[in-house]
Order: sequence, then C-alpha cells, then structure tokens
Amino acid sequence: MTTVANDVLSDITNVSRRAFTLGLGASVFVLAAGLKPSFGADGQAYGGDAMPHGLKEDPLVFLSVAEDGTVSIICHRSEMGQGIRTSLPMVMADELDADWSRVKIVQAPGDEPTYGNQNTDGSRSMRHHFQPARRMGAAARRMLEEAAAKTWNVPVEEVEAVNHEVIHKATGRKLGYGALAKSAAEMSVPPREKISLKKPSQFRYIGKGKIGLVDNFDITTGRAKYGIDTRFDDMLYAVIVRPPVYGGKVAKFDATEALKVPGVVKVVELESPPPPSEFQPLGGIAVIASNTWAAIQGRDKLDITWDHGPNASYSTDIYHADMRATAQKPGKVVRSYGDVDAAMKTAAKRITADYYIPHHAHGTIEPPAAVARIVDGKCDVWGPLQDPQAARDRLVKLLGIAYEDVTVNVTLLGGGFGRKSKPDFALEAALLSKAVDGRPVKVTWTREDDLMHDYLNTTAVEHLEAGLDADGKPVAWLHRSVAPSITSIFKPGVKYEAPFELGMGLVDVPLDVPNLRVENGEAEAHTRIGWFRSVTNVPHAFAIQSFVAELATAAGRDPKDYLLELIGPPRRITLKLPELKTDDPWWNYGEHPETYAIDTGRLRRVTEVVAQASKWGRELPKGRGLGIAAHRSFVTYTAAVVEVEVDGGGRITIPRVDIAVDCGPQINPERIRSQMEGAVIQGVSLATVSNITFRDGQVEQTNFDGFELTRIDAAPREIHVHLVAPDETYEEPLGGVGEPGVPPIAPALVNAVFAATGKRLRELPIRDQMAS
Amino acid sequence: MTTVTVNGKEMQFDGDPEMPLLWFLRDIAGMTGTKFGCGAALCGACTVHLDGTAVRSCQTTLADAAGKQVTTIEGLDPEGMHPVQVAWRELNVAQCGYCQCGQIMQAASLLKDTPQPTDDDIDAAMSGNICRCGTYPRIRAAIKLAASKLGDAR
Repeated sequence: MTTVANDVLSDITNVSRRAFTLGLGASVFVLAAGLKPSFGADGQAYGGDAMPHGLKEDPLVFLSVAEDGTVSIICHRSEMGQGIRTSLPMVMADELDADWSRVKIVQAPGDEPTYGNQNTDGSRSMRHHFQPARRMGAAARRMLEEAAAKTWNVPVEEVEAVNHEVIHKATGRKLGYGALAKSAAEMSVPPREKISLKKPSQFRYIGKGKIGLVDNFDITTGRAKYGIDTRFDDMLYAVIVRPPVYGGKVAKFDATEALKVPGVVKVVELESPPPPSEFQPLGGIAVIASNTWAAIQGRDKLDITWDHGPNASYSTDIYHADMRATAQKPGKVVRSYGDVDAAMKTAAKRITADYYIPHHAHGTIEPPAAVARIVDGKCDVWGPLQDPQAARDRLVKLLGIAYEDVTVNVTLLGGGFGRKSKPDFALEAALLSKAVDGRPVKVTWTREDDLMHDYLNTTAVEHLEAGLDADGKPVAWLHRSVAPSITSIFKPGVKYEAPFELGMGLVDVPLDVPNLRVENGEAEAHTRIGWFRSVTNVPHAFAIQSFVAELATAAGRDPKDYLLELIGPPRRITLKLPELKTDDPWWNYGEHPETYAIDTGRLRRVTEVVAQASKWGRELPKGRGLGIAAHRSFVTYTAAVVEVEVDGGGRITIPRVDIAVDCGPQINPERIRSQMEGAVIQGVSLATVSNITFRDGQVEQTNFDGFELTRIDAAPREIHVHLVAPDETYEEPLGGVGEPGVPPIAPALVNAVFAATGKRLRELPIRDQMAS
Repeated sequence: MTTVTVNGKEMQFDGDPEMPLLWFLRDIAGMTGTKFGCGAALCGACTVHLDGTAVRSCQTTLADAAGKQVTTIEGLDPEGMHPVQVAWRELNVAQCGYCQCGQIMQAASLLKDTPQPTDDDIDAAMSGNICRCGTYPRIRAAIKLAASKLGDAR
C-alpha cells in the first residue's frame, strides 16, 4: 500500500519550542512582586489576584524578542472562539509598539506557578489580564528603549520606541527591536513606577478592532489543530462506553466479539468512582484500536451488564414536577429586606408565575478528545482544555508522578462553553496510555458519549410572586429558585445552591422594589451538573425578565417603560450582610463590591440604547412582535430586543435581534461583536429547540437529531450589536464578554412571542408549544 | 485494496472498505482538516467534495469513494486562496473555527452550483452545517461576499 505520510503532531506553536533572546541572562524579576494588587480594606483579594495562582506579571516570561526581530508573545489563556489568542497578545504588542506582522503567538502549557491563573472560564480573560498585559508590554518597551539609549550613550528620555524600532529623534538614529534584543535582555525589568502606559490616543491596536484572527489562515485551510487533531505515528485510538447512568458501574462484561474486530488491540476496564465524581473519569469499558473506526466497531460488539446504581430512577417528568412542588413552599431565605408578606397582603393585585428551564448540553462541535503519552515516567497530554492546571493537578495524583513530570499542552478548542474546563477526558487518555505501556493514545468521545455524559447546565423551576399597588407598581417581590447545584459534583448531600450560583442574577436582582425576598428551595442532583455559558444567569434572567413583562401587561404598561421604571433611578448597589442571608459575603463574580457595584445607570443605558436602536414601539404587521430584556452578568450589562414573526401554524421566525452591551472599556470591539452575535444565537437555541431530558437515569437525546441546535435557516436573519462604552478611558474596570450576551435572549424572545400572539410561554424550549 | 484519489493524489488502503471516508482521511491519511462532529450526517463538520459535490464523509464509505475524486479542505485551493476562504478571513467569520472547514466546503459547493445564491438558497444549502458558536450571520455575509468576488472575476 502507498505510504501515507503521518505527519507528526504539529500543534499550535508550543512554548517548549521557543528559543528567544530577550530574557537570556537576565535574572527573573517578578514584576507583580512590587505591585499593589486589588485588595479590599479587610485585606481580601479580588479579581485576578483572588484566582488560584493569581496574576503573574513578568515580561521575561510572557514576551521575547528574537534577533531577527520576531516578537513572541505567550498566550496563557485557552482559545475557544472568544479570540483571546488574538486580543490578549494584541494588548501586549500595542504597549510594546510592536509591528503586528512580526508578532508570533505561543501557547502556554498548563503551568500556573509560572503564568498565573489559566482557568479560561467566567468571562475573565480580558477582564483580569488587560492591565497586566499592558504593563508587561510597556515594561519590555522601556527595556528596549534603555538598551538603545545605552548603545547611543544618550539619556533614555531622548529615545522612543515606534513600530518595532527605537528612534533617537535628535540624530535620526534607529535600531530595530531585533538588533536591540540581546542588550535589552541585560536591562532589569523596570519597576511599575517607571513604566509609562500609552495614552488611548497612542494605541495602535487596542480598541480598534482592525486585527484579523491570528488563526484565521489555519482555520480556513484545515491546518488549525484542535485537541482531536493531535497525532503521532505510533498512536492508538480509543473510545469508551461509560455507565449510562451517573453513579453506575460495570457489573460484568464480555469482550470476546470486540476483540475479533480487525484493528482492535485491547479492551480495558476503567473503574467507576462513586458520586460525587468531581472531574474524574466515569469509568466503563475502553476499546483501544489502530484507528477510531475500528475502536467504535469494537465498542458496538461489547456485551456489558450494568449496575445502574442509585440514580436509575432519575426522570425529567418526575423531577420537574418535584421541583415545581418545592417551589410552592417556603425555601431557605437568601436575601430579604422590608416585609414582603405584609406588602403582599395589602397589594391591589397579586401576580404569580412559575418558569421552567431544562438541562442543557454544551454540544461543542469538537467533542471531548485528548491524547496522552507516558515516556520514562513522564506524561504528556494534549487536549482542548479550558483549565489545563486542573488537568495537570489531577494527572499528578492519578499517575502518582511528580508535578514536573506532567506536561499539559493546550491545543485549540473546538468550542468550550464550560464543558472543557472539566478535564475528565484528558485523565481517560492518560489511564489508557498507561494501559498500553505509555504508547500515545487518543480518546475520542463520540457525539453520543458527549450528550449522554456531559456536565449539564442545571435545570430549574423559578417561582415568582409580585404584589402591585393600584398604579401597577410592584410593592412586593418574591423569587424562589429551585435547581440542583454544580457543587454536587464535589461533595455529597448538596441540597442548596452555592453563593456563586445564587449570585448569578438571583440575589443580585437590581430592581427598585420596596419589599423583596429571595429564597432557594431544596434540590438534589442526579447527574453531573456543570458550568455552561452564563450558568444560572440563564434561568434567573429568563424568569425575572419574563415576569417583568408579565407585570407590565398586568399593569397595562409598555414593557420597556415598565422595565426601566423597575430598574429605577441610576444608583450603585452593593449587597451586604445581613440583607444578604447567605453564609458568605456577596460573590459578585469575584470582583470588588465597590469597584464593581451594580450600576443601575448602566443597566438603564443599555436598555435605552437597544430600545432606540430597534425602534421600540414601531408599528408591526399582524403576527409580529418585539420583546425586551436586560440583565447584568459577569459584571457586564446587556439588553436585547428580539423581533419575532409567528405564522398561522405557530412557526416562529426571528427577523431581527438587537443587543446592546456595556462591558466597560472595549479592547477588541470586533471580537466583542462576534461574541454577542454568537451569544444571541446560543440564546435562541436554548430558548427554542435545545434540551436534555432523562428517563430511568439515562439521557434521551443521543445526537443532534434529539438535541437540536439552531441552524442557519432558523437563526435571526439580522443581528445588530450596539457597543456602549462608559467613557473614553481605559482605566475603568472591565466587564466580561464571553457570557453576558446569552441571558437576555430567551426572555426577550418569549416576550416577543407574547407581543405577537398574546401567548405567554414559561417553559423552555418553546419548540412546539406554539404549534396550533 | 481500495483506491481513492484525495486532492489529486492516489491512495490505497488494504483495510475495511466499509470504513467511513472521514476516519480514513483523519486516522490513516493523517489529514485532520476534515472534522468529526456527529458521525451521523447531522452536523456537516466532515463535509468534503466527492467529484465536486459536497458530501458528509462520515456517511461515505471508502468503497463509495473508490474511483472518485475526493477534495478536502486541504485541497480546496493549494494556497488557501479559494474565494470562499478569502471571504471567510476578510469577515473574520470564525470563532472557535472547528466547524468552519465543513462550512467552507459546503459553501464552495453551493457557489459552484449556484453562483449568485439567494438567502433561501443559502438556508437550503447550509442548514446541514451546525455552528455552535453561532457564526451564521457572518457565514451568510461571507458567502455573498465570495459570490460577488466570483461574479467580478467572471
């Protein structure tokens, strides 16, 4: 047979391959050591400083200049479509005044002691790393200027770094960054007070949105390497059949027929840990073969008897009914002020509504996949990992080897959305490599595996009650949320949501009502719950923003005017104990409660901007309607107006969506727009067609025929993104971008359906509820 | 022995002729531009051209492809300069990029048959390709941009 070249792995440029000049011979000086991080009066750290391993700000770690002038910039955050491999290096390059065409991006492996926190989750990358990236770029610029000044024997104040060279204005002398690289490396890293950041008017790239994606060419030519694309010549391919019910295990199995499939090399039983199983593999039976197809065929021939364990009775219909019943009874009070019960009694009108959100799967088009290899007691892993340090820490434990003997290489991620912050699939690869004497093994999850064994977004029933006065203004607000908690994957017996889950749009509801109580009802998890883009903001925003529109109807008011009235006047809100009845202080996405206070002025502004841009109030033909919703999440403010058209058969189309976002300073407006566009479509997907249901403990949707996703024909025909900046300064605190676009979409959509048809939908997905 | 021609290069395989072309390309030929997404022709990530027409390689066996011309994303244009690829870059269509090889192959096939597609044509041709990141508005715009470039070139 013709030999087909098996190209050895050529993943995205990896740190270990670099040979840089800046940094050689220079002692490592951790810039962060001399800085005052963001600490509260009580010494409490916030933001990036509060994350595990905090922020590392050493330009000698992140930046280097080769003698040919190539500037290499390390990206230590994972790329999953948010554009961070473009945007974060762009910030450093701007402050360095580097020519972007001579910048190379190098992906960091999982190593937080060196790079600082790498958990690419929570819409934090730019929010936490913008200012450190600026300072590192500016520090390196200063070092190049000092090197040039020394060469020419002139004061450093007389020289200036401009577009990849340092210029001495008085004499017109110039030296390129490459020529200066060696001597710049001998300069010490300047302390923070000697670093001068650029003025916004001097920015080349920041705020411009003119830079194309660094991976554009590779993506459009098939050269981009995702985790699943990792290859080695002697690699084996594995698929695993996992217990169909969470907490189940293999009772017995027979692999005789599987082993007869040509290409099948080995069948391995993997232990199933009892719940809560955290990020550990689920166990099951693995089939290792010479190619994926043979492994899949071998798997189909396995004869397995399962012990399904205690979750075999988990069925969505029953669980939904249970949650609904729980939501009618008093729960644990998590925030309260005024006297809701008294105000309800005297209210002119009382409105009650229950909303339901099903489980939702991530459905990354690249399913979980990873490669592991163990050579001389050292383990290397390649995978699409949002949180490579989490993988590394667990690999160390799993294999019982030293921290420095585990290398976690981060590939591109073919979608993340929170799924790939859990490294269970990378651990599986390591276990299987170990089972074949360290040969490289790629584990591929089929789509069925992905949907049946995801860490699902929680399911929720949200119960809302309001008392209105004679003018239709709310005098009392009660919100009771019932949803199994993500923390159930970490500890047994969890019945209530954690502060971070309650803090995503539930306790931090920013409405101006005189009496308010928020409660959390009991719910136990029977499957793996995990972070999904926007997390519990999805059910909370859906319920609250639907309910506001319902109240507007009850009050006979315009929904937009009523929403603005409920948001109330511009003010800054910080939630405090004892109004907050949780064990911990206000979560606030880990950010400082004053710096990142809830700013109702900003929430008003995005609402007003989106209303104006969408021409709210315009005359629409029969069957068309507009819906509006606003929400604060990840310390960013978004508001959306969805326009729907519902035909005589109940078929819904979406001619247009407007979304306004205020995420603070906009670093790469082009990627902010693309994130909002994508969030709108993901919001439409979860509102209209997607859900995961269980019967007898097992997921019922096994591929994209059951777990439906919005396709191009059903996507909004037009999406208009409106960027709202607080002001022109880049010193203001940044908000998140990846997630905040999602929460307002579902409520705006059902509000639009109500406007078009008079039918109020309170359960997602709405799919066929409109069919007549 | 099965013989397939991939991007103009003849390849022979002595394994199972029922193996889907997808896994031959990825695991045997080492060409990873063709992506696995669902294995059931539901997502379009594995789209390639068979004698110039878009097909799902996960549902096309090697036997099906025998004696035909297979074109993958790696072979769509030797320099990566097919008008669809150029338009995709110009509009920064991609987010994660994983589905985009399949999207581009599908779009290239659409434009070959329908050089000036309407929105309905685009919906009909592209609705088999899922993008979980939600790049559809830019996919639509990039197809129109590529169509206009192709129109200018004619």
